Amino acid sequence: MWSSIAKRKRPTAMPDFLHFEFMRNAFLAAILSSVACGIIGAYVVVRRLGFISGGIAHTAFGGIGLSYYLGLNPLAGIIPFSLAAAIGIGLLSRKAKIAEDTAIGAFWAAGMSIGVILIGLTPGYAPNLFSYLFGNILTVPNSDLQLIMGLDVLIIAMVWLFDKEFLAISFDEEYARISGLKTVALDLLMLCLIALTVVIMVRVVGIVMVIALLTIPAAVARSFSHNLYRMMAVGALLASLFSIAGLWLSWVFDLASGATIIVVAALVFLLNALFGAGKHRRTEC
Amino acid sequence: MTEPLIACNRLCVELGGAKVLDGLSLSVHEGDFLAVLGPNGGGKTTLLKVMLGLVKPSSGSVTVFGKEPGQASGRIGYVPQRLDFDRTFPISAMEVVLMGRLSRKKLFQRYVREDRRKALEALETTGLASLAQRRIGALSGGELQRALIARALAGEPELLLLDEPTASVDPDMKTTIYDLLDQLRKRHTIVLVTHDTGTIGRHVSRIACLNCTLDMHEPGSTLGRAALEKLYHFPVDVVEHRETQTPHRHA
Repeated sequence: MWSSIAKRKRPTAMPDFLHFEFMRNAFLAAILSSVACGIIGAYVVVRRLGFISGGIAHTAFGGIGLSYYLGLNPLAGIIPFSLAAAIGIGLLSRKAKIAEDTAIGAFWAAGMSIGVILIGLTPGYAPNLFSYLFGNILTVPNSDLQLIMGLDVLIIAMVWLFDKEFLAISFDEEYARISGLKTVALDLLMLCLIALTVVIMVRVVGIVMVIALLTIPAAVARSFSHNLYRMMAVGALLASLFSIAGLWLSWVFDLASGATIIVVAALVFLLNALFGAGKHRRTEC
Repeated sequence: MTEPLIACNRLCVELGGAKVLDGLSLSVHEGDFLAVLGPNGGGKTTLLKVMLGLVKPSSGSVTVFGKEPGQASGRIGYVPQRLDFDRTFPISAMEVVLMGRLSRKKLFQRYVREDRRKALEALETTGLASLAQRRIGALSGGELQRALIARALAGEPELLLLDEPTASVDPDMKTTIYDLLDQLRKRHTIVLVTHDTGTIGRHVSRIACLNCTLDMHEPGSTLGRAALEKLYHFPVDVVEHRETQTPHRHA
């Protein structure tokens, strides 16, 4: 449907395509998800939690399978699965002394497998499966927008409440522990916030590409930021720029929206890395 | 004699099956400036971590301020060995030093003006006030080391535990850091761990030699070549240990 609209009435200016409700929703989803992305992405990048975030996202596929099997809204399955993945990976690697990448790998594959099995057990064809793997920002219903907004508020509130503790465990976890902080609990809380961000991002770019939007905007923001909070703000701004630019390009050239957003982000990341490396060499001598 | 701030009694620690500390007894009293010398892998950092409650002893007992280790976090300032963290982390010196106030704050309490004032005082003591807003990655090795000392001071501790504060700074800065410690010992009890045998004897009040077991040297004694060679298993500088500020002698 959407490609035929695009061909019949290819717009020349941005506001044109905002006449469609699904496009307005897509824009809102892009901007709202970028808020969570910028804030949580900053922690993911400075604490190098990219791989664990990928593990949480892929484990969440099991939740999608469960929702299909039970006939529920997929987000109803993703939320408990991603939270369980966050706590499970966190506890296994921090308490049971299992290497973190081993724990992540096990959850990652097990979550995907559960999803595949449950979808296979569900009678009939699973029509929207592809959109959860690779995202489809053009089909975000109003109810999901409300959920995304609610999760945004929750994430901002948690980060505001725990900012000095999160900064301490990110910068120097041992010192935080010596100072009397419950570092394992704080760590698990942060992983749960990553899980909730994953839930938000699944709508926009899908499970497979979540890591890109959790890391790229924050990584680019890092080169312009002297503190973590500025990094969050710049990261959120960049994430929304990438999403809107990607969305617009996907509309103009009739491409998959999630993938286009990621390609835009990756290009900026590469340019920044190349330019940044050059700048770094100059300042070094 | 008052009650010791730290009391270790026949302390043994095993890490991964290997004995790191064996039957160690030690007490630190108020006003002490104790240097723990020993080779790398001799258990110096482990000893500090036991005092901080990060490592549990396998046998023997430790009390810090009369309590189990880890129960008196607000009274201890810890200066970890540098390079353990990410130099590219987007954080200013001031924000790092403010972390020293963590042990005095409750969950959900934000840093207030009082915390910032104490942090700035600590930065002034260590001579870094002008660099407060500088990003941590832009500090030199010696400045970073002093920022970590400032972080420990910001919590207004009675006891300072320092892990190799001069290990990764150049000789010039080493003197600056020892001068700073001379100044700090007036108000703090200090335990310093180092493998640096050169100038340390001039500054401290007691020296302990640690290589799995502990050998205590009280004021007035000279830590002879034989004792040090036994400690390190190879020839090293003699450490002259005098309380008075006599000119430094290289052995």
